[in-house]
Amino acid sequence: MTTLQQAIEQAQSAGHKAFIPYIMAGDGGLETIQPTILNLQQLGVTAIEVGIPFTDPVADGPTIEQAGERALAAGVTLRKVLQTLASFREDIKVPLVVMTYFNPVLAYGLDNFAQACVAAGVKGLIVPDVPLEESEILREALNPYAIDIVQLVSLTSPPERITRIAAASQGFVYAVTVNGITGARANFADNLEHHFARLRQASPIPVLAGFGISTPEQVKKMGALGDGVIVGSAIVTALHKGDMTTVEALIAASKDIRTKSTQ
Amino acid sequence: MSIANSVPTKEGRFGQFGGQFVPETLMTALLELETAYDEALNDPTFTEELSYYLKDYVGRETPLYYAANLTKELGGAKIYLKREDLNHTGAHKINNAIGQALLAKRMGKKKIVAETGAGQHGVATATACALLNLECVVFMGAEDIKRQQLNVFRMELLGTKVESVESGSKTLKDAVNAALRYWVTNVEDTHYILGSALGPHPFPKIVRDFQRVIGVETRKQILEKEGRLPNAVVACIGGGSNAIGMFHPFVDDEEVALYGVEAAGAGLETGKHAAAIAGGQLGVLHGAYMYLLQDDNGFVQEAHSISAGLDYPGKGPEHCYLHDIGRAQFDAITDDEALEGLQLLCRTEGILPALESSHAIAYTAKLAKTMQQDQVIVVCLSGRGDKDVHTVRAALGGDDK
Repeated sequence: MTTLQQAIEQAQSAGHKAFIPYIMAGDGGLETIQPTILNLQQLGVTAIEVGIPFTDPVADGPTIEQAGERALAAGVTLRKVLQTLASFREDIKVPLVVMTYFNPVLAYGLDNFAQACVAAGVKGLIVPDVPLEESEILREALNPYAIDIVQLVSLTSPPERITRIAAASQGFVYAVTVNGITGARANFADNLEHHFARLRQASPIPVLAGFGISTPEQVKKMGALGDGVIVGSAIVTALHKGDMTTVEALIAASKDIRTKSTQ
Repeated sequence: MSIANSVPTKEGRFGQFGGQFVPETLMTALLELETAYDEALNDPTFTEELSYYLKDYVGRETPLYYAANLTKELGGAKIYLKREDLNHTGAHKINNAIGQALLAKRMGKKKIVAETGAGQHGVATATACALLNLECVVFMGAEDIKRQQLNVFRMELLGTKVESVESGSKTLKDAVNAALRYWVTNVEDTHYILGSALGPHPFPKIVRDFQRVIGVETRKQILEKEGRLPNAVVACIGGGSNAIGMFHPFVDDEEVALYGVEAAGAGLETGKHAAAIAGGQLGVLHGAYMYLLQDDNGFVQEAHSISAGLDYPGKGPEHCYLHDIGRAQFDAITDDEALEGLQLLCRTEGILPALESSHAIAYTAKLAKTMQQDQVIVVCLSGRGDKDVHTVRAALGGDDK
């Protein structure tokens, strides 16, 4: 079992659901990365998704896009983020999962990137524009360094595809809860229970829900469907405003969900 | 073995280029599109319907015109112009827009999303949607909206909603980002009519196939007029749709040299250009592995060209492949040279070419002089220049606004 999967399962054995916040690395400058990560870790998150800014973030809504533009303006790059993480690696106790679009990884060079991830203590990688069909190159490059490649499943993925994605994904399966891009929304489709039931049955590893989950109520509702949640835009907005109360409320909501066995 | 028919592979690869680098939410739509497209191609009612609209609505076939005055002025090879500017809506873009709109109808999709740079693909898509009763939204960069006000109004007259894109460089690249986001969100009832030979598989193949009519007609016409194939074929290339449509039927004719003309903008040495192949870096953007303008960090750079239609930082994967195997040659023409090409064609032939196509004319003016008088060049005159009059006037100092 990988470090990432273990961390998620530990959250479950502790009687709650996994909570993974997404941060836009360097929103506010590179020097914010260390305090942000240590702070979230202190608050009891399961793992942290470290977003890398990109010029063309096609899977992201306005909140994360604008955070990315702020980070880009501050000179943040994939290389600099990994160097920064490496500088306080001993203090990082939760698994870090890097989320980046593919082109910065290609420009870095797959092997150089893998080694920089190791130096930074990174345990997983999410690349939203690399679907299953193109993902082998990532597993080949990063698995030798014990870094998981997390695959996304969407509401549009047919059953046969869900099975293949769940079999290939590592650490956890990232279940996208909406047809769309990242960012807060008021409503979700009403067939999610069925989708998650099928997904959990197909998946040998934990299933986490993400995209659009932005309130403590949604954390509870979506968390109950799977093994935990990923919260992006709401965390990014709160951190940008320095609103730690909201961050704490979102995390607390995940501890309120009673775990029950898979139906 | 045929090079032309060997790509793309079933994984959507042209050599190392292409592929499907998109969010998972779009994968099912792409796989469905591929299946629907293959079925359509094998269904005579689809191909007949497409032929009907191309003939009676678009006005095909377009003439292959012997530019006698231009030929005489340059004093080299004989120059023929493939008159895509005479199509309905004034450019080659309609060939693909009609084809994909018919495909969308066949797939039961009632809504269309598209991106546009200069506005030609947006106008063509808005036109096809008006004709076929489809709901249409077009994303266009805020900068391009400023440059192409009349095309925005034209799209609105055709019943299309034009959405201004305010993020990033506010040009074509960002319009594609916005269109992709819209498609991800509305994928169940919406088809994305991508306008260039770009994007994830199967788009580069579909766009190529719908634009192949340019080269297929040209090949037949030049055989009728000259009794032989041309020595050279020239086309401008932004993403590469008119060029791949023109080149593809000639790819297996080794004696025909293929020249793709990129936009050198203010000059390659200034860094302000759109010449991704000349720039020489490989990367992934908008679903495909291709030549891409980017910095050392893999951040995509803004393209620069006086022509909004060439103002894109990547090159379609099939062109990248033709470059890598040495089958086509790619050179670049600056803004200033394109403006000279535009004036040259106006003066000698009474034809106002689009700024995009003016790059091909300017390159041909150089090329023809290096060739013999019994040799033949065919140029794809991809669009007419009415939309560019304002830009050209400002650039030539007739208007200091």
